[in-house]
Amino acid sequence: MGQIKLNQVTKSFGDVQVIPPLDLTIEEGEFAVFVGPSGCGKSTLLRLIAGLEDVTTGHIEIDGRDVTNVQPAQRGLAMVFQSYALYPHMSVRKNIAFPLRMAGMDEAEQKKRVERAASVLNLTDYLDRRPGQLSGGQRQRVAIGRAIVREPAAFLFDEPLSNLDAALRHGMRMEIGELHQSLATTMIYVTHDQVEAMTMADKIVVLRAGVIEQVGSPLELYRSPRNLFVAGFIGSPTMNLIEGAEAQKHGAATIGVRPEHIATGDPETSPWSGTVGLSEHLGSDTFLHVHDTGLTESITVRADGEVPLRHGDKVGLTPIADRIHKFDAQGLRIE
Amino acid sequence: MARAASTRSRIGWTALAWGIGFLMFFPILWTVLTSFKTEAEAIAAPPSFLFFDWTLENYGIVQERSDYMRYLWNSVIIAGGSTLLGIIVAVPAAWAMAFVPGRFTKDILMWMLSTKMLPAVGVLYPIYLICIQLGVLDNRAALIIILMLINLPIIVWMLYTYFKEIPGEILEAARMDGATLKSEILYVLTPMAIPGIASTVLLNFILAWNEAFWTLNLTSVDAAPLTAFIASYSSPEGLFFAKLSAASTMAIAPILILGWFSQKQLVRGLTFGAVK
Repeated sequence: MGQIKLNQVTKSFGDVQVIPPLDLTIEEGEFAVFVGPSGCGKSTLLRLIAGLEDVTTGHIEIDGRDVTNVQPAQRGLAMVFQSYALYPHMSVRKNIAFPLRMAGMDEAEQKKRVERAASVLNLTDYLDRRPGQLSGGQRQRVAIGRAIVREPAAFLFDEPLSNLDAALRHGMRMEIGELHQSLATTMIYVTHDQVEAMTMADKIVVLRAGVIEQVGSPLELYRSPRNLFVAGFIGSPTMNLIEGAEAQKHGAATIGVRPEHIATGDPETSPWSGTVGLSEHLGSDTFLHVHDTGLTESITVRADGEVPLRHGDKVGLTPIADRIHKFDAQGLRIE
Repeated sequence: MARAASTRSRIGWTALAWGIGFLMFFPILWTVLTSFKTEAEAIAAPPSFLFFDWTLENYGIVQERSDYMRYLWNSVIIAGGSTLLGIIVAVPAAWAMAFVPGRFTKDILMWMLSTKMLPAVGVLYPIYLICIQLGVLDNRAALIIILMLINLPIIVWMLYTYFKEIPGEILEAARMDGATLKSEILYVLTPMAIPGIASTVLLNFILAWNEAFWTLNLTSVDAAPLTAFIASYSSPEGLFFAKLSAASTMAIAPILILGWFSQKQLVRGLTFGAVK
């Protein structure tokens, strides 16, 4: 249960085509993350799968069944919205039970399932409260509870953590990850945050302007980004991109080196050198922003631990040779 | 220093607000007081404010001379009927405009509002003639329909504003949860919109209750509501102030009591859309 397949799906709003023809398969039990900058069409794509928007052309299949013209409720999917979208006039219990009530399930079974979901999500003590009396994280859990009681073929998450503060977000990320492990149900998760994508996904789908730039596991995307866009989008801090003479030495229009793949050393003997503009000491890592290298405006370097370099110091830089990414004039990867 | 100034200005503003409030309320207070005076005291100069011989005789005479209950009943039927009919028409209209807006939704809303800018007397003649032709002068049903149409733009606008405040994602969540259109409206939308619908009903009921132009022009006996009841006591010579006041007090009492108990909803209704 839970394979989702998009065949040549397009979506236009009026004359504007926001999703050009697109093919994508999400396998059963997979945790797929749609990631991209805002306006890239990732939420639209999710809403097409949910059935909240009609596709303009193309077909959507769930477990081999064509659901292109099927109502959202009949697709067997559950969705968690960014705003939680809880029913404010109902208690937590009634919110979670709502999909079961709509399905006409008998009361005893409803009660059993609601209580099971509540205990999984630590909501047992809050069942009789209204959403307005809950914190952001609790509301989000109620929204997830409402999704899991239905035992859907797949879960759809539309930026579910973006309204939470950083600490809660981290906690919820782990909870959703664990939920996926225990339920083993297909999940599609939309986010603009590449850290969420990297930490949670089995498969990342990078989107830009409605076009899939690359599909792959987090490490595939990290190790071999297919083009400059993916290279710049995945990884934090972002990859250093260098054009001009230095790139031509490698037979490329642009080369990319991740901050963690540059070693610091003696400015006299290293291939590259520059002046430290800013050093950010995080304790575990030190981020150096090196200027005046003659390569690009600023090179970011991730050095291990406590590096004693500060503003104005000269530093030598050595990129790890087999970790240099090469891109042609069209921005595509050269192997 | 700053605190002293702000306290003083707060006292000043509060006094001013109470002053203006009292000024606005004064005519009603005076009417009520006058209704308890004799006709002679009512026109006495200088007038006495509280120290006069309180009497209930005006109420007795008014009740004897005209059938208050009949007027009251007509007011209830006309205001209630036009409000109910208006809500039945306006809910689907506002629903469609708020949740399935088309290219011309904004224009239609503006056009509806613009009809309220036309002076009512401008269409008195045609409407009066139509009523004669159809034989529905002094007819409650006709008045219900006319008042409903007069107030419909306000009802639709108010409901539209309330519905707009309901986030679309909640309706989508209901759809994902398997709600049919009927259950979506019944279990999700309506409970969320009830405060809005309630204040719309209340405000519209008051508007229809107080409406005088059409009720005075299109009724005489059978369908005459309380506005006509008051008017029947105002004589051109300006006599019988006390009885006129008693009649007015009796006419406004029900709506005043209703308004008192529903202040909260009314304030929300009157400031709709003002505060998000």
